[in-house]
Amino acid sequence: MTDTDIALMAHLMRRAGFGESRRQLEDRVSNGYEATVEELLSPETQTPVDLYDLFRYQPWTWKPGTIQGMGHASWLYRMLNTKAPLQEKMALFWHGVFATGVSKVDHWDEITDLVDMLRENGMGSYREILLEVAKNPAMIYWLDNNENHAHAVNENWGRELLELFSMGVGNYTEDDVRECSRAFTGWTITPKLPRFPMGRFDWFFEYRDEDHDHGEKTFLGQTGDFNGDDIIDIIVQQSATAQFVCRHLYNFFVADEPQVPAWSVTPPRDPEAVNMLANVLVESNYDMRSVLRVLFNSDFFKEARFTRLKSPAEVVISTLRLAGGSEFPAPGLGNLARQTGYMGQDLMNPPSVEGWHTGSEWINSGSLMRRTNFFADLVGEVERPGIEAIISDLKARGDLSPEQLVDGCLDLMGPLDINDDSREELISHATEDGPVQWGKNGLSEKRVGQMLQLIVSLRDYQFA
Amino acid sequence: MTTAQKDPVLVVLQLSGGNDYLNTVIPFTDPLYRDYRPTVAIPEDEVLTISDDLGFHPSMGPVRDMYQKGNVAIIHGVGYENAPRSHFRSMDIWHTCEPDTLGTEGWLGQVIRDIDPNKENVVTGVSFGPSMFRAMALPGVPIATVDDLSNYGLLTGITEQLQRDRILQRYKNLYAQNIGRGAVMEFLGQTGLDALRGADVLSEAPERYSSTVEYSDNTISQKLKGIAQIHLADLGTRIFYSDHGSFDSHSNQLGMHATLWSEVSVAIQDFFDDLREHDAAENVVMFIFSEFGRRTHDNGSGTDHGAAGVTFAIGDRVKGGEYGAYPSTKREDLEQGDLVPSTDFRGVYSTILEDWLGMDAKPIVGGTFEKPKFVEAL
Repeated sequence: MTDTDIALMAHLMRRAGFGESRRQLEDRVSNGYEATVEELLSPETQTPVDLYDLFRYQPWTWKPGTIQGMGHASWLYRMLNTKAPLQEKMALFWHGVFATGVSKVDHWDEITDLVDMLRENGMGSYREILLEVAKNPAMIYWLDNNENHAHAVNENWGRELLELFSMGVGNYTEDDVRECSRAFTGWTITPKLPRFPMGRFDWFFEYRDEDHDHGEKTFLGQTGDFNGDDIIDIIVQQSATAQFVCRHLYNFFVADEPQVPAWSVTPPRDPEAVNMLANVLVESNYDMRSVLRVLFNSDFFKEARFTRLKSPAEVVISTLRLAGGSEFPAPGLGNLARQTGYMGQDLMNPPSVEGWHTGSEWINSGSLMRRTNFFADLVGEVERPGIEAIISDLKARGDLSPEQLVDGCLDLMGPLDINDDSREELISHATEDGPVQWGKNGLSEKRVGQMLQLIVSLRDYQFA
Repeated sequence: MTTAQKDPVLVVLQLSGGNDYLNTVIPFTDPLYRDYRPTVAIPEDEVLTISDDLGFHPSMGPVRDMYQKGNVAIIHGVGYENAPRSHFRSMDIWHTCEPDTLGTEGWLGQVIRDIDPNKENVVTGVSFGPSMFRAMALPGVPIATVDDLSNYGLLTGITEQLQRDRILQRYKNLYAQNIGRGAVMEFLGQTGLDALRGADVLSEAPERYSSTVEYSDNTISQKLKGIAQIHLADLGTRIFYSDHGSFDSHSNQLGMHATLWSEVSVAIQDFFDDLREHDAAENVVMFIFSEFGRRTHDNGSGTDHGAAGVTFAIGDRVKGGEYGAYPSTKREDLEQGDLVPSTDFRGVYSTILEDWLGMDAKPIVGGTFEKPKFVEAL
């Protein structure tokens, strides 16, 4: 297998997953690129994460209530341990689109249920996903559709469905928003059991026909007594919908696009690629798996190396998976779960229904500091299994010159492509301590840890 | 830069989500107010009156006290034409001062650039995040983005001082290499270097602080406390930015709005009390705004997105009172069911920029706009 094969596979696994170790990459290269893509698209072939292990040791992760850090700890655990990383990536993807937040919903279990639904259906039919989202109790409450009545229409859900979840600004009118909202009257939740004294109970979707506006509606040029599912059918007929969804896919898997509010005035950086994906989406009857297959096998994807800035979730999960040693639900899991929030991505609690600003907007002086500190703290712990593996692979190469130390670390951490100036700086740092001779009181192992800390502080390491 | 005269400082408090103008500054004698809002109208006897026909929301006691001392300016009907009523887009417009195209340059980022073009002080602008606000964003302009002031520093996990110093030196070298690396890398490089410098400077602020004021244990009080600590440490910070929310009261507005304004009002009072205790209030003006107001009619539980909103300026140098006219609530004067703005937000920005910060507003706001004269220069 060539370095090129390894580099390409590393790229695929960073994007479709959370990155993999050198040894794992070599196994995958043996299987082949297309076969790996198929495996990623078939999460049902992998042993699922056993949540009962988690619940036995950390019972608060099941029904978190308001326990700090426990809210999305179960999701963190899943992402840490999954053998089907693309499935988790799709859950992250859809959560960023159908953004609901616990700041208002105040019910972690319900948002967890929504994310579970997105995980389960994420690679299936987009139309089905939209319908499930429309009936999801957390989403209904989040966007006030339980306050959307025939005699008093509430436009929150109706607007966001069009603006953020399907077509995007510029493809509908204020009248369409109104008519859409009318069509979803009656899509509500059963009366909630009071929180005291027994705690939070589950919420359930309920359709109340007597609260539904059965009047004629004109939506996107079509007229009829439309109900919510009719609206969804009309939405998926619009080419704008396929474009919007595929631009999101491009932004999440290929390269950073400008922020969503700019999409109505700024074209995609690669309109041909987005068009191509949109056509596949339409022709496959909105099957997400079909689009993903085409995406991961396309040239534009394979060539897009390090064109995405890692989201905080990717920063945390990829580093934990690389360093290893955090798979067990040990004390401190809740604190780990909060790290993405400190970096600006509080999972299951986005700042608004518009989700998070991504790409370079993840970075400011505060978040850059946190990300760097997080990376460096983990890779400096040389007794962690993933770091030990890197060190032992380096040892197998014998004594190392400062150059070989640097190149070896870059190779095993990625492989990472950095520019000459940065590489020179790293070599200069390594040269200060001379060549690496193994077997001297663990000092050489420490040196590797420090070089890794320097590498993860590089700007290049912020990209995937 | 030390002069006998203090430099003007601006503290922006963003109410995120769309604060309901009609229930914040209440036209309680207007019969239409009650017609439109059978569910969320505030009962007349609960309104904190400030004139014959206007009053504050019942939770705004401290703000009314400050108003009666002449320190609060109410600027009515602020907005712009063709409001999109979308959170992101509306907020972008306020942050970048570009109602018609897509802006990327924050108006305060431009201010900070003009105040400190040579970047002598990396904490000229401080954002109390955790994320940075676009209003402060401008490529090349360092902004300290603080979440927890007491724990702010780079690679603090490396405990061996010598080792940490070595790595931080390499970090500086690496982040300074920008030739041929493109805009994003340069942005990262600059951000990293500024983070390093800013952390060193800001770490002094909590150490130097002592006060009799006890701030409440909620996020907005703690943010304003952090701002006070930095201001009182005299580090040269001129622009502070923070937010509170969510004010997006589509449902259950009565309880939600009351709690939010209670938190905000007490926090603002504690903040100014703290500054006054240290004789450091005179050169501070606080500007409060939201991305839009809300619809005149309620939806049975709350209100949906609207257009014209209210802004406030608070401070010792503010000329208290009302500016601009409350937009007409008559049906025929509404647009899409919403209040029509009577004051362009760029006029309000112009006042802040010219009359308070002593800068030329035109290049930042993109034109000349009528300025409500609510503040007196130092």
